[in-house]
Amino acid sequence: MSEAQTQEPAAKSRGWLIWLPLGLFVLLIVIAAFSLANPSDRVIPSKLVGQSLPEFDLPPAIEGSAGLKQADFADGKPKLLNVFASWCLPCIVEAPQLDQLAKSGVTIHGIAIRDRPDDVQAFLARNGNPYTRIGADDISAVQLSLGSSGVPETFVIDGEGKIVHQHIGEIRPEAVPLILEKLEEAGR
Amino acid sequence: MIAEIGLGLLWFAAALSVMQLGLGIMILRDRESASASAFAATLRPIAVIQGVMVALSFLCLIQIFWVTDLSVKLVATNSHSLKPWLYKLAGAWGNHEGSMLLWVTVMAVSGALVAMLERRISQAMMIATLAAQAFVSIGFYAFLLLSSNPFERLVPTPPEGAGLNPLLQDPGLAFHPPTLYFGYVGLSIAFSFAVGALVTREVGPTFARAMRPWVLGAWIFLTLGITAGSYWAYYELGWGGWWFWDPVENASLMPWLAATALLHSVTVLANRGALKAWTVMLAVVAFSMSMVGTFLVRSGVLTSVHAFAVDPERGSFILVLLAIYIGGALALFGLRASTVQEGAKFQFLSREAALVANNLLLMGILAIVLMGTLYPLVTEASGTKVSIGPPYFNPASAIFFIPMVLIMAVGPMLRWRKSDKAQLTAAAAAPLLAGAVALLLVVIFGSGAGILPTLGLALAATLAVASVMPLFRSKTNRASLPIWGMVVAHLGVAVTMAGMASESAFTKETLVASAPGESHQVADWTITLLAVEPVAGRNWTALEARLSAQRGEGEAIELAPQARMFSSPPTNTSEAALLTRWDGQLYAVLGERAPDGRWQLRLWWKPFVPLIWYGGIMIGFGGLLALIGRLFQLRRTRPIRKVEQASEPTGQTVPA
Repeated sequence: MSEAQTQEPAAKSRGWLIWLPLGLFVLLIVIAAFSLANPSDRVIPSKLVGQSLPEFDLPPAIEGSAGLKQADFADGKPKLLNVFASWCLPCIVEAPQLDQLAKSGVTIHGIAIRDRPDDVQAFLARNGNPYTRIGADDISAVQLSLGSSGVPETFVIDGEGKIVHQHIGEIRPEAVPLILEKLEEAGR
Repeated sequence: MIAEIGLGLLWFAAALSVMQLGLGIMILRDRESASASAFAATLRPIAVIQGVMVALSFLCLIQIFWVTDLSVKLVATNSHSLKPWLYKLAGAWGNHEGSMLLWVTVMAVSGALVAMLERRISQAMMIATLAAQAFVSIGFYAFLLLSSNPFERLVPTPPEGAGLNPLLQDPGLAFHPPTLYFGYVGLSIAFSFAVGALVTREVGPTFARAMRPWVLGAWIFLTLGITAGSYWAYYELGWGGWWFWDPVENASLMPWLAATALLHSVTVLANRGALKAWTVMLAVVAFSMSMVGTFLVRSGVLTSVHAFAVDPERGSFILVLLAIYIGGALALFGLRASTVQEGAKFQFLSREAALVANNLLLMGILAIVLMGTLYPLVTEASGTKVSIGPPYFNPASAIFFIPMVLIMAVGPMLRWRKSDKAQLTAAAAAPLLAGAVALLLVVIFGSGAGILPTLGLALAATLAVASVMPLFRSKTNRASLPIWGMVVAHLGVAVTMAGMASESAFTKETLVASAPGESHQVADWTITLLAVEPVAGRNWTALEARLSAQRGEGEAIELAPQARMFSSPPTNTSEAALLTRWDGQLYAVLGERAPDGRWQLRLWWKPFVPLIWYGGIMIGFGGLLALIGRLFQLRRTRPIRKVEQASEPTGQTVPA
């Protein structure tokens, strides 16, 4: 047995074996290219989609406005719940879309995350105020209980206070039709 | 202004790399002409200047982060004026653009070092290597300048930055990415050497010796990077585990596996003139794995807790780079490998054969990890989402890992070229005895340990004894530094294995809802919740639990796990409290508050778990000893190198 000469692996059969790495690599590239062309849904959806809003009761985020509690969503009409903050840059990007939605008759409630009343006031003065009610969530407690992990995030809530859709990140113009569609579905 | 200077320097460096490639090709095509030899002398200085330019550009980026210049988009989206200075600095590379600039910097500086220091290889191979390095760099420059400009301005300037991912605000992690990058990019040098050797048909011991320190250096950084990353995940994520087979973890493990194989085969080539084609291929594979890892992490095709959120456009860019470089190198390999002469012969029972077997087993593990990482992509194409975790990876990699450890134990005791059975028996006796004793002890005393952990402990004992045997093999001459390096690194593997096996076999866990004043038991520790109080740091607030931990009748020690909340961006992290004792670690995490006011506490007693990371450090330290030994040896033997080379069975082809 010890007489058997062992060659280096790649040298054993110098033929197709040499091209094997390239073949495997091409396969890898094909898989990767395919996954790139078909991007997967990478957002982590809230586990609460399809369930009722958790119980909460937030104080008002700006002076003279109404606070926000879970019961505010149970009046039979679908609404949007927008999680935002004055220090959040993408929130500025979505402000025009929220304004447009509010003007077309959608009720939007906001939750300001870890914010100061003055800052929220200034933010709304600069970017418009689409909100009917704004609750202040100083410790992100409600945000976390909603299963939201960042700002901004927007939830479509049906008339009974059930979450039917979650939009993660800022609402860009192209996302508005889907949100309207979900609102309409929620109203049915 | 600094941002514009940085960008200008980057363009300048990119132009230099184009020049470096163009000149290199020109010289190689017509080596005899007068202009070629005139230009040949300019290639090294070009590489050096390129390295300096990029380094300065990177310094510009650091300066911008240091002063928190919010008019630069990258700073505004990744930093915050209130951030501690260390994380302001780390912010420079803790994001996609900055880390790509760091990548290019390390790559160009390494190229400059090769140009300045390397004197062994022929001029033709040096030119080919520098051209190959420039070729790879160009792609990354293009990537940075065309799709990931780190110096882009933001109009209007925001009043405050968005912050850095709080999970990354940890001293360990501030230095984790650069560590891994040094590893990845060190492998790019090995790759360039391989391409240079293929182009000039000089695949031989000289090539292996030139490449070896770079492989060793890269491997040390990868080892330490992975070890640090694992420890970070262990204490920062708060789930008590140290390895999750997360795609990002796998992205760093795969090049490490390839580099480990390369490290061993390059030694065979340097010392014995064997394994030529195999070594070249491993050099290509090792860097490929760095790039594949980068692609997986950056393209967004895989979901991971700590992947950079990057758009598919950038993913496509890296994929194209990947296709050009790796595809090109493998095609070159296919064309040229058949012309690489077969190396020195060796027999079935020899140290070379043991190294080949281990190389193949390492590649087997690599294949397992690669398949497991890519499998979700394949199934997703058919519409099903799957997540592959420890239930696949652990047993599948163990199939290769267990025989590998056994061969690792006896391999170093075998002779080069030809060994005999008597030698094998002598080498295997003591380690196998140690393994059998360990197995017996675990079966008798370690009730309930699973099959794999039990086997792991026995193998660790076998390997530990076997690792130190080479020190006693030759009584006549003292063991050299590289031998010491091997001993320490192999012993480190045994230590890590013992830690892993012990952790998975003997960990005790308790999950309780606790009110202040209540006590709980985990292993032989009594943990009492004293209070939960809010505390504030510079850019975070936290709830901190004060726990008192008492072992038996011993002194009570206070622990303070925190649930931290960072304000921008709002993120919650868990700061586990760790109490290290010689025989293990107590691990406490503060969880959520139950509606009835009690606090969730997770408590673990993990016997000997720190061995996992001590072993990792030992492995890296072993590599360092070998590297120092190699560099020192090099200096010492330089005058007689010619003689030594001539007497070797190199089988080297004459450069055309």
